[in-house]
Amino acid sequence: MLKNDNNGEKVKHTNELLPHLFRLEYSKMTAVICRHFGLKYIEIAEDIVSDTFLKATETWSIDGIPNNPTAWLYTVAKNKAKDFLKHQTIADSKIGVIVQSNNLEEKKEIDFEIKTISDSQLAMIFAVCNPLNSKEAQISLALQILCGFSVEEIADAFLVKSETIKKRLLRARKTLRNDNFQIQELNEKQIKLRLDIVSRTIYLLFNEGYYSKSSNYIIRKDLCLEAIRLALILAENPLTNTTQTNALLALMCYQSSRFEARENEFGEVVLFEQQNKYLWNQELIDKGNYFLINAFSGSEISKYHLEAAIAYWHTTPTDEHKWKHILQLYNQLILIEYSPITALNRTFVFANVYGKEEALKEAEKINLKGNHYYYMLLGFLYSDTNLDKSIYYYNVAAKLSKSKSEKNILRKEINRLKKMNK
Amino acid sequence: MKEFVLIFRHSNKDTAKPSPEQMQERMNWLGGIAAQNKLADKGKTLSISSAKTVKPNNVVTDGPYTEIKEFISGFMIVKTETIDDAVELAKANPIFKIGGNVEVREVMVPPDVKK
Repeated sequence: MLKNDNNGEKVKHTNELLPHLFRLEYSKMTAVICRHFGLKYIEIAEDIVSDTFLKATETWSIDGIPNNPTAWLYTVAKNKAKDFLKHQTIADSKIGVIVQSNNLEEKKEIDFEIKTISDSQLAMIFAVCNPLNSKEAQISLALQILCGFSVEEIADAFLVKSETIKKRLLRARKTLRNDNFQIQELNEKQIKLRLDIVSRTIYLLFNEGYYSKSSNYIIRKDLCLEAIRLALILAENPLTNTTQTNALLALMCYQSSRFEARENEFGEVVLFEQQNKYLWNQELIDKGNYFLINAFSGSEISKYHLEAAIAYWHTTPTDEHKWKHILQLYNQLILIEYSPITALNRTFVFANVYGKEEALKEAEKINLKGNHYYYMLLGFLYSDTNLDKSIYYYNVAAKLSKSKSEKNILRKEINRLKKMNK
Repeated sequence: MKEFVLIFRHSNKDTAKPSPEQMQERMNWLGGIAAQNKLADKGKTLSISSAKTVKPNNVVTDGPYTEIKEFISGFMIVKTETIDDAVELAKANPIFKIGGNVEVREVMVPPDVKK
């Protein structure tokens, strides 16, 4: 009786600990083994790591969790990798293929030292951000390989079917295997060629979490945290610790600082003006400041610099010239890269500086019919001068919006305006 | 879409040092064009003080080429359907407040590139 209880405890502990360890260690271990074998053998590396976790589930539920579960995982994975190499060499010599067995023997043994892990993860980030793959494929791959997300979790984040993600990943992995990317020694040339794509992937990963339509709060927050974690890996290596990397980190820290404040207990989005500023995370704001200062230590101004600077102004108390500064930053941002959302945000800020009527002229010129944010903007710009038009445009926006929580906010605003209109 | 170069001209040398307000106005104008996705190249501002004109027979004179008293202060490229659309964009430029003008010129496309 007592023994049974004890076993139940063990199973319970294992069930709680393993998913956590999996998320934490899976990508690290895969990166280390894959870097050892080469990118072509990424599936083998993944199999070895999966086998290791399978063994952990079996062993730990019987014997209990070892004192140092991570070290246990590393040892088992290391031995499995060694076994694989041994079998591989025998099999290859049998069929008479001249393999690079010398190469394999000369190689150092796999180790899971902290430096090896961070070097391997860095190399893996650059391998995954292959320019031959689409943006979506790169993010999906990053989530699966670098962050240990399941296909279902990725599908949930993108709001698409698991089947779509599966196909996307298969295609992307093929590109990865056929690439000649040298994952063993990440060199300066490779870094220079891909750093922009790596930054963009991390940026998109973060935005996917921050602005995602997915209602799964935990997954969205995880996406943001993972993006920050990957960027921190870049910041740890002198070759990738550029001012742009720091700008990206500053931006993500500022945005994340408002994570708790921008959603209420019903899972509805709370607009910036209505957020409880006491819920803003000061620690993250301070970190953002730290990275922003680093970011502006050079002469380069990337779009991440500008977006981080805008986010900085949003976290500061209202200053008389705040919106003027933000408008100038948006002017610069849109010169670097046009995007409808930047054009819309710029017009919103324009209204805060020069008034809604002046901003309406700007809004008419940008003419983004079909974009529901455009109608939201028009609804806002008409809200002081023409209630009928304002209600009309908010209605159009509510119809076009795909997000439940956004529809709710818009309906609330429409009802408020209707009462005023009576 | 066609591309048009906007060439900015001045006769007043004081305009080389714009006030913060003037800078802001220019940036708002430029940002407004970019927000319509009609900016092809934000171009360059040209120096007035550091300028030479090279003429035949190795004759070099100080300053920009100015038969009339005007000089070019900068240029940029917009992309619009017609030259009239480009002119509309130019009309809103704050340069007119300080006595400047804008020349609008379509960028020639080699015949074999045209469809």
